Amino acid sequence: MEFLLDGIREGILLVLRADPDVMAASWVTVRVSFGATAVAGLIGLPIGWALASRRFRGRGAAISVIQTLLGVPTVVIGLVVYGLLSRRGPLGFADLLFSPTAIVIGLVILSVPIVSVFTMTAISSVDQRARETALTLGASSRLAAWMVLREARFGLIAAILGAFGRVSSEVGIAMMLGGNIKGYTRTLTTGIALESMKGEFGFGIALGVVLMAIIFLTNIGTRILQKS
Amino acid sequence: MASWRGFLAGLWLLAFLAAPAQGAPAVLKLATTTSTQFTGLLDWLHPHFEKRHNVRIHTIAVGTGKALRLGRNGDVDVVLVHAPGAEKKFVAAGHGVCRRSVMYNDFVIVGPAADRAKILGIGDTSAALRRIGAGGAVWVSRGDDSGTHKKEAALWRGAGIDPGGAWYRSLGQGMGETLKAADEMRAYTLSDRSSFLFFAARGKVDLKVLVEGGRELLNPYGVIAVNPERHPHVRYELAMKYVQFLVSPEGQRLIDSFRLKGKKLFHPSTAPARPGN
Repeated sequence: MEFLLDGIREGILLVLRADPDVMAASWVTVRVSFGATAVAGLIGLPIGWALASRRFRGRGAAISVIQTLLGVPTVVIGLVVYGLLSRRGPLGFADLLFSPTAIVIGLVILSVPIVSVFTMTAISSVDQRARETALTLGASSRLAAWMVLREARFGLIAAILGAFGRVSSEVGIAMMLGGNIKGYTRTLTTGIALESMKGEFGFGIALGVVLMAIIFLTNIGTRILQKS
Repeated sequence: MASWRGFLAGLWLLAFLAAPAQGAPAVLKLATTTSTQFTGLLDWLHPHFEKRHNVRIHTIAVGTGKALRLGRNGDVDVVLVHAPGAEKKFVAAGHGVCRRSVMYNDFVIVGPAADRAKILGIGDTSAALRRIGAGGAVWVSRGDDSGTHKKEAALWRGAGIDPGGAWYRSLGQGMGETLKAADEMRAYTLSDRSSFLFFAARGKVDLKVLVEGGRELLNPYGVIAVNPERHPHVRYELAMKYVQFLVSPEGQRLIDSFRLKGKKLFHPSTAPARPGN
């Protein structure tokens, strides 16, 4: 028990002292998580919207595929993207492997299905009559779509937050595609993996505390935005 | 199409994130084994090299097997590993050039002080392994194609044992995890001395060195530049400067003077330039 408590105490001290290694890993985590969530939102929200409100051939198949992708293990994404970005792979010329961008690419693949499925569910659950009423009252179809999105906004925010929580706490993709390079691609989670390997529980816990704080602050920030 | 616009915006964002900062130093990608990184040796060596050549070394610490694969794929510029057999094959196959010996230490068989297999002080490594294999004790293996794992496999072959069964637990993890697992399971394992000292000195594992000193337990580290003919994009000149740095009198002296809690973990391969230095 003392062993564990010592670790927690050391962790909190490292955070309070703004340890440079902790700060560097936090900054990398913030950058790749926000970057990946933003890109995933730009791709996933339209996909989710289309799946919920358009009727097209292959829609059922598309939904099945994207729901299956929700369960893809992160190491599989890591392996596939490694194969793409390696110098021997088709995108090797871009020199992206072991960079923050490589992590972002992997995390986008991880989180697009999350955003898409959550968005689809949120929009589907808006009462169809809302759109119909708007249309009857003379709204253009564009305005009617906007009304539906407004109704679904809490679900859409949940979709983005869900994706953010997933990408910021992910470790396999960040390790395989980032390479855990100190000060460059070392995220909070790969840092935790390394420190726990070294038996440095205090440092690992410090990184965990920061990670939780980042996710917590993001949630709070979103709430404030929702209210305003 | 909204999704196309989103996709393009996504690409733009990626390009933005990928853009390197202006005037950034050149980057040398090094794949190496975990022991050189977490003992702090590379943090001790690299600032000297980075400052002189205005370069950032990106260290990717993995097992030796993976490090050599990264080199073969051209994903790194230079490798620093410890598996002479695999290194020679790597060079012979044309993946790397100019292999140089950098430093060495040795492997040790560690286990709980209770030492159920009674191997303490046995000079003959093979005999010690045969006792462990004879039953009653548990052995933990890296099982990850690392340099240490390759060495372990060779030692079992040398002892005439094909290890397997409930007493032989292949983890597929790094040296740190393996030492901690051996500690938790009260089991035996093979470790390079630097990793073992790193964990033992900090009270992270409660294991003892039980077998040491055999010639077959020598653990040499070598550095190899990735072949630029195979991979024209590698930073070959910088990689060669790094190789030269490690084997230079200065690099060798730095390795010689590296200490962890007062303990010397790595011995330079060449004698210091000036005797007595």
